[in-house]
Amino acid sequence: MSSVLYDTPGPKAKVRNWIYTGVFAVVVALALWWILDRMAQQNQLDADKWLPFVTDSQIWTTFLLPGLGETLKAGLIAMVIALPLGALLGIGRLSDHAWVRVPIGTVVEFFRAIPVLMLMIFSSALYVMLGTVSSDLRPLYAVVTGLVLYNASVIAEIVRAGILSLPRGQTDAAKAIGMRKGQMMFYVLVPQAVTAMLPALVSQLVVILKDTALGGAVLGFADLMSMNRQISANYSNTIATMVVIALIYIAVNFALTALASFLERRLRQSKKGTGAVVEGDVAEVDAGGAAGVGKAP
Amino acid sequence: MKLFKAGAAAAVAVVLSLTATACGGGSGSAGDGGTAGGGKDKIVIGIKFDQPGLGLKTPDGKFTGFDVDVATYVAKELGYQPDQIEFKQAVSAERENLISNGDVKLVVATYTINDKRKAKVDFAGPYFLAHQDLLVRADDTSITKAEDLNKKNLCSVTGSTSAQNVKTKLAPDANLLEQGGYSECLTGLENKTVDALTTDNSILAGFAAQEKNKGKFKLVGLKLSDEPYGIGLKKGDKELQTKVNAALKKMVEDGSWQKAVDANLGPAGYKAEPAPQITEGS
Amino acid sequence: MFDFLTSGQYDVLGAFWVTVQLTLYSAVGSLVWGTMLAGMRVSPVPIMRSFGTAYVNVVRNTPLTLLIIGCSLGLNQTLKITLGGEDFKEIGFRLAVLGLIAYTGTFVCEALRSGINTVPVGQAEAARALGLNFFQVLTLIVLPQAFRAVIAPLTNVLIALTKNTTVAATIGVAEAALLMKEMLENEADALFAVFAVFALGFVLLTLPTGLLLGWVAKRVAVKR
Repeated sequence: MSSVLYDTPGPKAKVRNWIYTGVFAVVVALALWWILDRMAQQNQLDADKWLPFVTDSQIWTTFLLPGLGETLKAGLIAMVIALPLGALLGIGRLSDHAWVRVPIGTVVEFFRAIPVLMLMIFSSALYVMLGTVSSDLRPLYAVVTGLVLYNASVIAEIVRAGILSLPRGQTDAAKAIGMRKGQMMFYVLVPQAVTAMLPALVSQLVVILKDTALGGAVLGFADLMSMNRQISANYSNTIATMVVIALIYIAVNFALTALASFLERRLRQSKKGTGAVVEGDVAEVDAGGAAGVGKAP
Repeated sequence: MKLFKAGAAAAVAVVLSLTATACGGGSGSAGDGGTAGGGKDKIVIGIKFDQPGLGLKTPDGKFTGFDVDVATYVAKELGYQPDQIEFKQAVSAERENLISNGDVKLVVATYTINDKRKAKVDFAGPYFLAHQDLLVRADDTSITKAEDLNKKNLCSVTGSTSAQNVKTKLAPDANLLEQGGYSECLTGLENKTVDALTTDNSILAGFAAQEKNKGKFKLVGLKLSDEPYGIGLKKGDKELQTKVNAALKKMVEDGSWQKAVDANLGPAGYKAEPAPQITEGS
Repeated sequence: MFDFLTSGQYDVLGAFWVTVQLTLYSAVGSLVWGTMLAGMRVSPVPIMRSFGTAYVNVVRNTPLTLLIIGCSLGLNQTLKITLGGEDFKEIGFRLAVLGLIAYTGTFVCEALRSGINTVPVGQAEAARALGLNFFQVLTLIVLPQAFRAVIAPLTNVLIALTKNTTVAATIGVAEAALLMKEMLENEADALFAVFAVFALGFVLLTLPTGLLLGWVAKRVAVKR
């Protein structure tokens, strides 16, 4: 209970805090009660809308788990393709040659400025035009393409921030022992930057997973999000299904976020490394402002 | 450094397994749709997965509905046993693509025959005549004709022709809510946020006939449009078209057709019209 | 090639105007809601801190798509909240803004919290020594300095928000992404031209925002 923002509460403040606690709890409880009451009025709390998720294991094996599988598949494929692509773009942006740096910078800034939903819709239409992808795989391809285009440019920024976050001494030392630029990048800077970037990359995976839901809602991708329709066609329980699907997303993403902050803490405390780290939080929003976030402890 | 190595190893493992699955998924479905798959012949048929009474994927992984019964019957006549049928989801916007890419042999998915579609695919049938109708709450007597929809809240699926039909011709003052799917509309109807849901009466009957919805909704019984359902197949495949037409004819003649209608759409009190004359391909 | 722009069939500017409106309303709302959340997360009342933490963790890990569809299906169609909207078009717009505020508020909150950490401890200690209470310390001393420090991160949040408004297309709000989808379906032969127009639109929306606020951030930065 100690913070620089307020004094340690004395007897009066303690009473006041208890009052605030009470008022706040009552307000939250009232809001909750109102929502539940309204839902009950609309028969949305009926047992037969919710029980299937507990009593019927098939609802999981036929709909929810395969849907989650598609979501994870799209997310991981996108990550795996975007990672090397983003690394190349990120390193390219640090190049000493303007003819490499400027075009790559333009590409990165371009794809970062465009909503990922638009990239997905565009990819989908592009695959229709090309006609080379079979129709049932096209949603997956479109989702992955959209995610890769966007996330490669975000990862490029994470990589750049990761390399810039390393202490200057690393570069100086590498130069001092006569390494060439390429050697310095690939033997000294990149390996260390990867560790510094890990938390940000895991956070980015959360962003990717969340974005796959767009494919389910707009492009007919058979992901977790889209299972809502199939489940509620069987049980007519749209609201209950939405809540369960939301809980699954939250559980998966929460686990990944926790992993990211665990990695971040470990890296900060680690005595072996440089202590440089690109925070997950910042990459989550947009790694663009991350150029300076890698801070030494 | 240890962490990095472990991470790299994990990443490599993930890449390998993913490329393996991706390739596996890709090669299997690129074939003709009819004979793809090793050893045993299979037929791939596109149906809806989320329309009770017509084409529905149930929790046990099986498929039920009128379209499914028709598809199974036709497949049998073409020489495929039920276990040789592979059902694939055919969402409305994808039906033409699925056929022209050869991903499916047939599409039996509330597929209205019209000239625009006939430019891209051929149809067999029709095997069913549906009409645009309205679904309202069972106790609602205020809506008996399309004009009653003015000033009412109406729900339909985004971009559907039924919604546009009401908006432009029948009741221009209706407050139209467009949703991603019918079950979302049904939630609104059940909760009294919308007053009516419009689309083909067969689809509406399927939802109304669901165990959980019994007694909650009723069809108004209007015929706001004609929707002859056909079985979509590859353009120019006259041989298949003739065979499917013959199968449909036989299905009507031996009474299986009526049985399928009664079993799937009957519980809603919905009286389907007799089987339509086959007009395609003659 | 670009004749779809002049044919009068599509209101591209109108769609982008909706995008801009979504962005502006949501930005103001998120700023207010995010500041309140940040205030809760550093407040002396434990239950508010728990609420703030729980809210941020839950909402940040939910797909925005799900939040906005949830606003439409849950708030509007089940709880019958219309937010004062007359018809479904208006209601949809307001629900989308609400969903965007609920989501973006968490990022504003987290940015502000890290901004609060950049304010030297001495500032808050001096304020407390003067006898200011928590609310005064926060609003008079700490937040004004924190805001100056987080303009750059908040700019990124704003740009992300601008792009996230496209998710409103999932509940049928007639903004840029929805129009683009419709146009791509009808004008398949002008695929690249259509995409180029919409991409350019977003570049024009986000690039000046970034530059302008980057300049502001430098101007108002607290020199230490």
